[in-house]
Amino acid sequence: MTVLVTGASGMLGRAVARQLLIDGTPVRTFQRTPSGVPGVEDRLGSVDDGAAVRNAVRGCSGVIHLAAKVSFTGVSADFDRINVEGTRLVLGCARAAGVRDVVHVSSPSVAHSGASLIGVPAGPADPVRARGDYARTKAAAELLALAGSTPDFRVAAVRPHIVWGPGDTQLVQRVIHRARAGRLPLLDGGTALIDTTYVDNAAAAIVACLDRMDQAQGQALVVTNGEPRPIAELISAMCRAGGVAPPRWSVPGPLARSAGAVIEHLWQRAGRTGEPPMTRFLAEQLSTAHWFDQRHTRSVLDWTPAVGLDEGFARLASHYRR
Amino acid sequence: MVALPGVDPSWSTFTDVPSTSGADEPGTVHRWHYLDNGAGRDGEPVRGTLLCVHGNPTFSYLWRDYLAAGRAAGWRVVAVDQLDMGYSARTGVLRRLADRITDLEDFVAAVGLDGPLVTVGHDWGGVISLGYANRNRGSLVGMILTNTAIHQDPARPIPALLRLALARGVHGPGTRTTSSFLDVTLALTRPRLVPEVRRAYKDPYRGTAARHGIANFVSDIPVGPGHPSHAALATVAEGIRSITVPVLMMWGPGDPIFSDPYLEDLARRLPHADIHRFEGAGHLVQEDADTATTAVEWLDARFVGLDAPAAPTDRRAEDAGYTPLGQRIGDLAAGPDGTSTAVAEMSADAAPRTLSWRALEEDIAAVAAGLSERGVGPGSRVSLLVPPGVDLTVLIYACLRIGAVIVVADAGLGARGLSRAVRGAAPDVVIGIERALLAARVFGWPGRRISAAPLSSARRSALKVEASLEDLRRTPVAVRPPAGDADPDADAAILFTSGSTGPAKGVVYTHRQLSAMRDAVERTLHLGPGTALVAGFAPFALLGPALGATSVTPDMDVTAPRTLTARALADAAAAIGADVVFASPAALRNVLATSDDLPASGRADLGRVRLLLSAGAPIPVPLLEAVQDLLPAATLHTPYGMTESLLVADVDLAGIRAAAVATGAGTEGAGNGVCVGRPVHGARVAIAPLDATGAPGPDVSTTPGLTGEILVSAPHVKDRYFRLWKTQQLSAGTKPWHRTGDVGHLDAEGRLWVEGRLPHVISSPAGVITPVGPEQVLEQLDGVRLAAVVGVGPTGTQAVVAVLEVADAGRRPRLADEALTRGARHAARELGTELAAVIAVPRLPVDIRHNAKIDRTRVARWSARFLAGGRAGSL
Repeated sequence: MTVLVTGASGMLGRAVARQLLIDGTPVRTFQRTPSGVPGVEDRLGSVDDGAAVRNAVRGCSGVIHLAAKVSFTGVSADFDRINVEGTRLVLGCARAAGVRDVVHVSSPSVAHSGASLIGVPAGPADPVRARGDYARTKAAAELLALAGSTPDFRVAAVRPHIVWGPGDTQLVQRVIHRARAGRLPLLDGGTALIDTTYVDNAAAAIVACLDRMDQAQGQALVVTNGEPRPIAELISAMCRAGGVAPPRWSVPGPLARSAGAVIEHLWQRAGRTGEPPMTRFLAEQLSTAHWFDQRHTRSVLDWTPAVGLDEGFARLASHYRR
Repeated sequence: MVALPGVDPSWSTFTDVPSTSGADEPGTVHRWHYLDNGAGRDGEPVRGTLLCVHGNPTFSYLWRDYLAAGRAAGWRVVAVDQLDMGYSARTGVLRRLADRITDLEDFVAAVGLDGPLVTVGHDWGGVISLGYANRNRGSLVGMILTNTAIHQDPARPIPALLRLALARGVHGPGTRTTSSFLDVTLALTRPRLVPEVRRAYKDPYRGTAARHGIANFVSDIPVGPGHPSHAALATVAEGIRSITVPVLMMWGPGDPIFSDPYLEDLARRLPHADIHRFEGAGHLVQEDADTATTAVEWLDARFVGLDAPAAPTDRRAEDAGYTPLGQRIGDLAAGPDGTSTAVAEMSADAAPRTLSWRALEEDIAAVAAGLSERGVGPGSRVSLLVPPGVDLTVLIYACLRIGAVIVVADAGLGARGLSRAVRGAAPDVVIGIERALLAARVFGWPGRRISAAPLSSARRSALKVEASLEDLRRTPVAVRPPAGDADPDADAAILFTSGSTGPAKGVVYTHRQLSAMRDAVERTLHLGPGTALVAGFAPFALLGPALGATSVTPDMDVTAPRTLTARALADAAAAIGADVVFASPAALRNVLATSDDLPASGRADLGRVRLLLSAGAPIPVPLLEAVQDLLPAATLHTPYGMTESLLVADVDLAGIRAAAVATGAGTEGAGNGVCVGRPVHGARVAIAPLDATGAPGPDVSTTPGLTGEILVSAPHVKDRYFRLWKTQQLSAGTKPWHRTGDVGHLDAEGRLWVEGRLPHVISSPAGVITPVGPEQVLEQLDGVRLAAVVGVGPTGTQAVVAVLEVADAGRRPRLADEALTRGARHAARELGTELAAVIAVPRLPVDIRHNAKIDRTRVARWSARFLAGGRAGSL
C-alpha cells in the first residue's frame, strides 16, 4: 500500500508526496535531506547507495522515482552515476522487493535534439542525440526503465515539461533574480511557443499514472498544461508574479546560442561551480518552440490539468507576496 | 526479379513472348519484363485488368502506384516494359508504331489477359495503347490516357523539345550516346524527383547499348505525312472516334511536349471522355499528382468492370419550365416598348452609348449570324475578353443564341492567372479588346482571334486577328440563326472562379441553369421589365437584359472595382432613371470615400434608388449604414453565393439587424458567424457536420447550431467544373448537393450563418473552431482594424492564434502588448476559444478583388514560423 517517492526534497517531489497523502496513500520518501512534507516517513540516503535503496523500497507496493541530478552543467560522470546507475539500482531493488509498479519521472528533453517541437507526441528517448549530460543520462535511464517493464513489474515514464510553481528554485527564482538585476534578455523577441506545467498538475499526472498502469505500462508520456504560450509572455507573467519588471530587450537566438556555448565553456575552464548565466542548451530552450500533443497522455492517464496558467500565476503571485 | 523503390519485388516478372511482328524474323521469341500485381492469382474475383503502357523514355516503373491502388480496388494491373525499353529485351531492330501495337497484342496473348481490359497509356505509350484498344474492342471496357498525343496538327509546329531531340547532330548524342533525353524528361517533374526514384528511372538505361530503344522511339515520331509511321498513326487517330467505352484523360498542363492543344484534339475525338487537368503538374503527371487514386475512383464512379445501375431518375431540372436566357430581349423588341432603352454604357468623354430593345435584338441577331457564318456554333468555346458594356452584352447573347459556350475570366486574376484560365478553357475563338489580343499573341493562347474594335490592317496581321466585331455585324448571310434554338441542357457558359483559393477553376453552366439563375434573381429581388439598374458588378450585371430590365454600365475600370466614384454612379443612375444598383463591396467603399464630391443633383439621383445589391465579400454593418445614408430609399441586399451558385441566400440590412436581435435573444444557432439570410427562391441549404479533425463527413443535416460544410441545391447551381473531374466528384459526391467549401450553420429560424472556409477550420484539442465568430469579436476591440484567427501545429492538436491588424503596430509584426493580449484572450474565451498567442501586425493580407477576404492560409503559415522562434519574415 505504501508508495516510495525518491527525490522528494525538490518542488515536484514534495508535491507528489502531498498529492499521494491527500489521496490517502501512505508515503515513504528517500533523498539526502529531509523532504519537509508533514505526514511522510522520511528515509535519508543517496540513490547510489545500494543498501540504503534496498532498505527504502522494502515493504512498498509502488515507487515514484524522481531523484536525479538536475543541472545544465557539471561533471559527466556524476550525471551517469546518479541518473543512469541510480535508476538501475532503484529498479533492481524494487523488483527484488516485490514492488508491483514504478513511475519513472523523465523529461521531454530525452527526445529533443534541438529542433523546434510543434504539437508533437512523445518521441523515443535518444541518448545519442540528446543535448547535454542531463538529457543524455535521463534518456538512457528512461530506456532502461521501460525496457524492464513486464505485466508483473510495470514501469511507465512520465515526462513533465518545464515544471514551475511556488517554491521553484530552478526556473522561476532564476528568472526573477535575473530580471531584477536587468540581466534577462528575451531571445528573438520571445515569440517561440512553449508548453509548461504547473507543479500541482505535474504531480497529479504522476500519481494518476500509478493508478493507470494497465494502460500506461511500457510507455513514455509527456505531461504539460496544454496551454502553449510565447516564451515572452511566460517570462513576463513570472516577473510580474515576483514583483519585478519584465525584460524589455531582445537578443537574436543564434547569437545567444553561440554566446551560451562560449560562456558555458569559459565557466567550466575557470573552475566555477554552480550555474553559468547562459548555456547553449538554455538558449535553445528559450528560442525554439516546444509544445506537445496531449491527447494521448490525457486519455491514457484519464487526467486533465486542474490548475490553468492564469490560476497558476495567481498562486505564484500570492506566494511571492507572502 | 527487379528491386526498385516503391515496387513490391513479387510484381516483377519476366516472360518469353513469340513475336508476330513484321519487324522480326518468323519464330523470333522476345523476353519481356513486366510488373503484375497478381490480383486474381489466388482465385479471388477481379473486376478486370489495367494494361499500362509507358512512353519514352520511361518503363513500367511509371505505373508503380497503379499496381498498389488497383490491387486494393480489385483490379489486376499489368504494366509492361515495351521491347527495347526498361528491362525487356533489346531486339536490335527499329520497331515502328505498327510493330509496337502488334508487340502489345503478342504480349497480351502470351500472358493470357482475356478478361475485361482497360488500357492505360502515357506519352507515346498512349498512342500504342489506343492502337491496341482500337483493334481489340471485344474485351475493352475502358481507356485511361495521360499526357499523350494522337495527332499532329499540320498547322502547328511540333513541340520545341522534340524538334530539338530530332535535329541532326542532336538525335544520336541526345538520346543514345548520352542520357540527355532521359535526364531532361526526368527533370520535368515538379517538384523534382527524389534521388532514389530518379536512379530507378535510369537503372535500365545505363550505357549506350541500353538506350537504342529511346533513340528509335524518338525517330519514329511521325513529324509529317511522309513519315513511315504516319499512316499507322492516322488509322488509330481516326479509328478511336467510334470507341464508346468510358474514357478518362488525366493531364499535367505544364508539359512542354504534350500540351493542352493535344488534350483538346483527343477530347474532340472522344467527346464523352472525363478529363482532369492537374494544375501545376507536368509531363510525368504520374509523379507530380496522385493519378493512381484518381484512376481507381474514376473506375468506380463510371462502373467500369461492374454492372451499371439503372439510369439516374433525377430529372427535376427538366420538369421545370424553361425560357431561354435571351427570350425577353426578343419579346420586348417586338412589343410596344421596343424603342425604349435596353442597354446604356457611360463613358468619361462622350455621350452615353445606348441601344433600344429593338436595336439590341437586331445587333445580337447580326453578330450571331456573323459568328455562325465563320463556323462558330453549338459547343464552340468563345473566350470573351471585353469589359462589361454594350459590346459584351451583345456578344454574350449572340453566342448563347447559336449554342456557342461563352468563357468568362476576370482580368482581376492577373496576367498569369488569366493566361492559365484561357489556356485551360481551350477556346475556339478569342474575342477581345486590343490589350487582351496582345496577351493572346504573347502568351500563345489557342483560338482564332476577333477584335472588339476595328484595328488597322498592320495591327490585325501583327496580332493575327481575322475579323472585328464590326465585321461580324456586317457579314452578309442568307438566313439568320433562329433565337431559342440552343439545346437547354448543352453547355452555355464557363465562368472562372476568382482564384483566391488556389488556381482559378472553370465552372460550367448549361442554358437551363443560366435561365434558372435569372429566375432566382427575378423572384428573390422582384426585378423585371420596368426596372432600371446600374450594372456595376459582374456577373449579375449581365442578367439585366435577360430580366427585361434596362441596364447601364457606369464609367469605371471594371477590373478594379475601387475605381467607381460616387459621381460616376450617380451619372449612370441619372442616364436611365435607375431604381436598382448592383455594386461590389470594394466599389461601395470608394463610392462612400468620394461622396463629398457629389453635387445635390447626384444625391437626388441616388435618392431614387430603391434596391441595392452587393455581393462577393462580407460587408460590415457600419459600411452598410453609411451606404444607407447615401441611398436613403434603398433596401440594401447582401446576398451570399459563389461562382458555382451565384445566389444561395439573401439578406438585407433589416434582416441583419433582426439576426443580431435573435442572437441577443438566444435563438438556437443564432450567432457565431456572418448572417447571410435565408435561401433564395429555388435553393435549399444544408450542412455536412465536421468531425474532430475539421473534415466534413457524408451526413447531411439541418439541425440548428450544428457547424459543417455548407451544401446547396438549386436549379441554378453549376453543371460541373471544366476539365476537373476529380474536383467535380468531390463537390458533387453528396447528391443532390453542391459542396461549397464554406463552413457555417443554420439557426432555428432558418437563417444561414457563414463561419469561414473549410481549409481555414482549426482543429484544437478542445474541438473544432471556425474563424469568423472569434474574428468578429476581436474586431470589436479598441485599435483592432481587422482580425484573423488561425491554427498552428498538427491537425487535431492545433494551437489557436489571433493575428490582429492594429493601427499602432509599427513596421514589424510583434507579440501584442499585455493589455491587448488580455483583452483578446478574454473576448475569445467568451466564445469558448483559448488563444495561445496574440500577434499584432501592421497589415493582414487580403484578396485583390474584394480587398476584404483575409488569406488565412498565408497568415497561418506565417504564424507557424513566427511562433516557432527564429525569423518569420514579414507577413
